[in-house]
Amino acid sequence: MSDIAFLEPDRGIIARRGEIAGELARLVPADCLVTSERELVPFETDGFTAYRRVPLAVVLPETTEQLTRVMRYLAHEKIPVVPRGAGTSLSGGAIPQEDAVVVGVSKMTRILEVDLPNRAARVQAGVTNLAISEAVDADGFFYAPDPSSQLACTIGGNIGMNSGGAHCLKYGVTTNNLLGVKMVLFDGTVVEIGGKALDAPGYDLLGLVCGSEGQLGIITEATVRLIAKPAGARPVLFGFDTAEDAGACVADIIGAGIVPVAIEYMDKPAIEICEAFTGAGYPLDVAALLIVEVEGSDAEMEAMLARIVEIARTHNVKTVRESQSAMEAALIWKGRKSAFGATGRIADYICMDGTVPLGQLTHVLSETGRIVADYGLRVANVFHAGDGNMHPLILYNVNDPEEAQKAEAAGMDILKLCVDAGGCLTGEHGVGIEKRDLMRHQYSKTDLDQQMAVRAAFDPGWILNPSKVFPLDESRGTKVA
Amino acid sequence: MSKADRLQPANEAEAADRIRAAAADGMTFAIEGGGTKTTIGRPVFADKVLSSAKLRGITAYNPAELVLTALAGTPLKHIEDELAKNNQRLAFEPADHRPLLCSDGDPTIGAVAAINNSGPRRIVAGAARDSLLGVRFVNGRGETIKNGGRVMKNVTGLDLVKLMAGSWGTLGFLTEVTFKVLPAPEIETTLLLRGLDDAGATTAMAHAMASSTEVTGAAHLPELAAGRLTGGGAATALRLEGFADSVADRMARLRGLFDGVADLAELENDESRALWRDIRDARALVGDGRSPVWRVSMTPSRGHEFVMAVRMKTAADAFYDWQGGLVWIGLEGGDPQDDLIRTELARHGGGHAMLVRADSEVRVLAPVFQPQAQPLEALSGRIKAAFDPRGLFNPGRMAA
Repeated sequence: MSDIAFLEPDRGIIARRGEIAGELARLVPADCLVTSERELVPFETDGFTAYRRVPLAVVLPETTEQLTRVMRYLAHEKIPVVPRGAGTSLSGGAIPQEDAVVVGVSKMTRILEVDLPNRAARVQAGVTNLAISEAVDADGFFYAPDPSSQLACTIGGNIGMNSGGAHCLKYGVTTNNLLGVKMVLFDGTVVEIGGKALDAPGYDLLGLVCGSEGQLGIITEATVRLIAKPAGARPVLFGFDTAEDAGACVADIIGAGIVPVAIEYMDKPAIEICEAFTGAGYPLDVAALLIVEVEGSDAEMEAMLARIVEIARTHNVKTVRESQSAMEAALIWKGRKSAFGATGRIADYICMDGTVPLGQLTHVLSETGRIVADYGLRVANVFHAGDGNMHPLILYNVNDPEEAQKAEAAGMDILKLCVDAGGCLTGEHGVGIEKRDLMRHQYSKTDLDQQMAVRAAFDPGWILNPSKVFPLDESRGTKVA
Repeated sequence: MSKADRLQPANEAEAADRIRAAAADGMTFAIEGGGTKTTIGRPVFADKVLSSAKLRGITAYNPAELVLTALAGTPLKHIEDELAKNNQRLAFEPADHRPLLCSDGDPTIGAVAAINNSGPRRIVAGAARDSLLGVRFVNGRGETIKNGGRVMKNVTGLDLVKLMAGSWGTLGFLTEVTFKVLPAPEIETTLLLRGLDDAGATTAMAHAMASSTEVTGAAHLPELAAGRLTGGGAATALRLEGFADSVADRMARLRGLFDGVADLAELENDESRALWRDIRDARALVGDGRSPVWRVSMTPSRGHEFVMAVRMKTAADAFYDWQGGLVWIGLEGGDPQDDLIRTELARHGGGHAMLVRADSEVRVLAPVFQPQAQPLEALSGRIKAAFDPRGLFNPGRMAA
């Protein structure tokens, strides 16, 4: 694939590679700087692997102070900066450019404070999502957002992309679970926003920073909300003959006043792929599968599940599988959780992330199938139905350039469909470079200008992650370059 | 201001025209919804009032989608009534400021967004800003801007929705807002722990929030406040909501946590709802209707220490919401004692002390909103300029 354009790199900066490396070496310890061509390769891309650019250098600061010095220097020299968490972005948010210095948070991995009475943890930006929950598990708490990459992805990256996960129906996404950040601005200024108090003075900068894809500053510390673990959690699995029945079931569960912790949807191709890989015992004679998870004490869960099963029966549910033990519960989740990995074994795929109003789910599903079929490709759908966040996996062969191009084009058509159905381009993966040029489909020029004016309030020189989020020809990046 | 100084655009396009014209003439606007909170913030001296009064109506609401869109001037009451017909509600429990401010009028849904109006349930369901999914507004250049949308997960571009929430009409004129809504619970029950002191209550509330009982409100009324709302001595209130069987199950577990710690009593449904409405609206501090009232958002475990420190210096009437992290303080006389409040807050972990009620002469002089640290203040100034370069909207309301 090569459809997505990159900024023309600044030859003047590239020519000064040696000098810049030398200056950076004076600012951070030797093991915090990567400049050799071979060692730079791992930083050339992220989870959006179709695009690669080797950066000028990589800095991995250990402290906010080191980062401050680095940013001051880079701002003075007008060298672009690309922030990086664990590099798991699916939208190319951390893909560098040849004239940019990557700033990674992988050496900032300390949990600084766990404050249980105030249900908060203060952590460095490179701490992984899962590590937070693990650190407080024994005390009966967890950190709620749970993106699929939670074993690897960092809290800094989660904040950059406002990451979600399967359980946001009940607990919300990153922005709803973030209490404060320490952030270094483009010129090295350190700001602290929020903290353990729920209201911070002034405008809601914390809300603005969350999901800003590294364009407003680089996070070095975060204070996050810890939540008491539920007494228990239990899923039920439903199989339906039609997508319409499954969709109507979701609507009725919510209409009945029940907000489960998760409602996950899989279509027939996804069921078949996951079953072949995991042998989780998913029914193969159904068109759609729902996994609905509830939380509470045993008695509460039984009562809730009875209500949910009753609703499913009014929608011609064909298969009902309840879990009587932790093992059975794990088996129900096993297929869903391995969906991306299982899909990757049978084909290359690109994962879309559009979100639509719940009432549009079945319409968008059937249109998605039609779009992909028109390109002569296959699609598997596995997604968070409770909040309308769709994840069509478009299957293709990465070694066939024509097919790859078709897959990308189909993906873009699907995202436009989501927007036209009243939804948005991305629910939790971010815009990155992938969806940058589709922003015009969702927003008018004035809408984008307003966003870019706010961006410029933080980074007037357009140094931070300059070629992301906004259409390349709209962004100041092109004017600066 | 006379009626002629009051603009009530009938639609967004007219609002944009008016604002463009004002920008050209160098005119300024005081932004108004129902006009029930005009006494919060620094007094605004503007040429005209720009009101959302004629922007009324629910534009989209499909209960199964858990999303509601309404024009900014729609009365909150109308929205709550429509939601109630479908057993739904705004989860963040917006407060009614009329009792405390002795004001009248109809609070609007636009103002709920503009001031990030959030009540007791914020500690589990988030604030108004967490439920606000999308906005339309006119900026200070007279341009119509859309941000966010009608979906629950959305990371498409910069989240200007959050900026608009709590900006008190200083960034733009809201014309339409979209909120996530949630099912209303079948029942609610409140457990009252009687007779705890402020420190003991803080520990008890943290204990409850650390349990798996899904408490949706944790407030503490010291003796004086409790006397006005519940009768009897100090009362620590813990609320459970949900299906009847589930609430009963969790109530048994919640009671188990406090056996022998305090005398326990339960308030059910209407009684419980009335108590939380009073806590939400700070009715315990209505008093003479004019003496200073502070709303202090801070680290929950430090709230009671902060109150004690303030009380060492002055007579203060206080109660706690948000597990101790929201301290309401009423002072006697006319002096807001902002130096004392903010100095003690800084000594107790910092946060946001806001002077919710005070005479206008006082509000001209004392910073009503918590002053920001310098680099953040500079950023906020640049953000304001990015929306409203000529300073048309609510000049001076948040900061001098």
